[in-house]
Amino acid sequence: MSSYFTVTFMLLFLPMVLVAYQLAPRRARGLVLLVVSYAFAWRLSGMLVGFMIATSVVTYAFCLVIGAMLAKRDEPVKLMPQDKRRIKASSRRKIRIVLALGIVAEVAPLFALKYLGFFSSIAHRLGEVLGIGIPHVSVGIGAPVGISFYTLTAISYLVDVYREVVPVDRNPMRVALFVGYFPQLMEGPICRYGQSGKAAYDGAPIVFENLYQGSLRLLFGVMKKLVIADRLNAFVSLVFDGGETYDGGVLALAAVLYTLQLYCDFSGTMDVVIGIAHMFGVELPENFRQPFFSRTASEFWQRWHITLGAWFKDYVYYPVSLSKAGKSLTKRARKRLGKRYGPLLAGSFALLVVWLGNGLWHGAGSQYVLFGLYYFVILTLGGLVEPMASSLSLRFGIDRNCRTYRIIQTLRTLVIVFVGELFFRASGWKEGLVMLSTIGSSFSLDALTSGTVFTMGIDRPDCAIVALTAAIILLVDFIKERGGDPCAAITRSSMIVRWGAWSGVFLFVVVFGAYGTGYAPVDPMYAQF
Amino acid sequence: MEINETVSEIIGELCPDVDCQSCTTLVSDRYLDSLTLVALVAELEDAFDIEVPPAAIVVRNFDSVEAISKLVQELMEETA
Repeated sequence: MSSYFTVTFMLLFLPMVLVAYQLAPRRARGLVLLVVSYAFAWRLSGMLVGFMIATSVVTYAFCLVIGAMLAKRDEPVKLMPQDKRRIKASSRRKIRIVLALGIVAEVAPLFALKYLGFFSSIAHRLGEVLGIGIPHVSVGIGAPVGISFYTLTAISYLVDVYREVVPVDRNPMRVALFVGYFPQLMEGPICRYGQSGKAAYDGAPIVFENLYQGSLRLLFGVMKKLVIADRLNAFVSLVFDGGETYDGGVLALAAVLYTLQLYCDFSGTMDVVIGIAHMFGVELPENFRQPFFSRTASEFWQRWHITLGAWFKDYVYYPVSLSKAGKSLTKRARKRLGKRYGPLLAGSFALLVVWLGNGLWHGAGSQYVLFGLYYFVILTLGGLVEPMASSLSLRFGIDRNCRTYRIIQTLRTLVIVFVGELFFRASGWKEGLVMLSTIGSSFSLDALTSGTVFTMGIDRPDCAIVALTAAIILLVDFIKERGGDPCAAITRSSMIVRWGAWSGVFLFVVVFGAYGTGYAPVDPMYAQF
Repeated sequence: MEINETVSEIIGELCPDVDCQSCTTLVSDRYLDSLTLVALVAELEDAFDIEVPPAAIVVRNFDSVEAISKLVQELMEETA
């Protein structure tokens, strides 16, 4: 059982957990989930699961301390409400120090296990250039699966307690389950305590409606993963990792198909995760909202991996923009550049921090840094150009909401996304740049017209199955984009439609899934991050 | 009323494309993106002598002129 997409997980582990959960008394159900979550984490990461437990303990302890400090601060505020501001300011520094220590304690294992080797290697090479002997250091024990996800989840709870957005939870088991809840362990979504903290531990009874809807969502996710993502893996791996040189047309196709593979892999896993949580009566936040309908790169990132973008916005972008240094930069920039472009400069500085963080969050590699910088440049340019585009369209009477304009914007965004994913998938930043320049310098459709492309890991029937399934997913996304909810509509329908839809998706996966002979199982791609 | 007018004026400058008085989806429909929000916060802080904490930057506080004015009012009371 190395992921959610194994027979052991789907047909043994999950049903057993559902039965054990339902049979347990309500008060014990949270504990049942915590035990199975740790068992699942143990199966994925072995002894390294200790790091996740340590993060839960550290988070719980620091939240208790911050909660106590906030309560102590509020006592004199009640007696002297007129001095509220002064009293709060006097204790703010101490509480901030505790918060900073807590965040350092949470981030330290992530840094040591995932990034120490990368930064140490950079320092080592810099040392060589400068003639200073800097030893290369690395922990070398690997990292627990999901460390990047649960660390951000834990930080969000700690900061939310500090900000008094959520109250301190005195139940250590509930906090531990919030950090290590098994459906979200591998790939998120990165939850806030207010969203799932209490609900997961609450022990709501399993009801048939949730079981049906959850399993339908789960099957839809399995379809995305097994029918499309795993089928495309052979072609994408061959082009990106095969060591051969290809013409620009093949590379462009690989960038497009990798984007589709990543979307189906990650959003498919999210469907499985959200579906499983729904079976237990827990509503996890959505991580995707029809991203390929975005009109701008900025909008794309509000629709793709939503919880990561929201995390960086709430816990990095605004705190940096609105910090003393950020505000001072804004004021100085406003004097020099005016009211519109001045604040953009400060915002762009925060954006740089966010995108370097976002890139590195995905992995300790130069290609991820380039990926982050790429989006930083794109989004900053978007912010700078937007006022000009707005005034120009007003001057020339261009309706920016007309269909043609929207289609052009959407196509432009798709190209931006494909290029970004090319850098993301490349084995290094140099390789990414070479591939991009090859697309520009030697673009050719020869491989497609001659049929060579159908000998590169995917044949014609594979392509037909991918196209059909992608069309189904696109249709569902289109309905959602228009405000519809296909899952709810099916649930409200007659028994024949309900079970017809369920069985149809199930059979589709069984018949067209890329598993068994000729296909290597592919672990969920975001689990490696 | 005065707060409302000033807020409308500021948003009008930052987002000329939108009828901010009637719009109740300024953030939800992306008329105010994260870069514009920073500009808006800088303007609000200057205009009303307030400090907007990062925790206050949530969609419901910035989706309409009314919501922004309410937030400004609360922050002014806290500052007083």
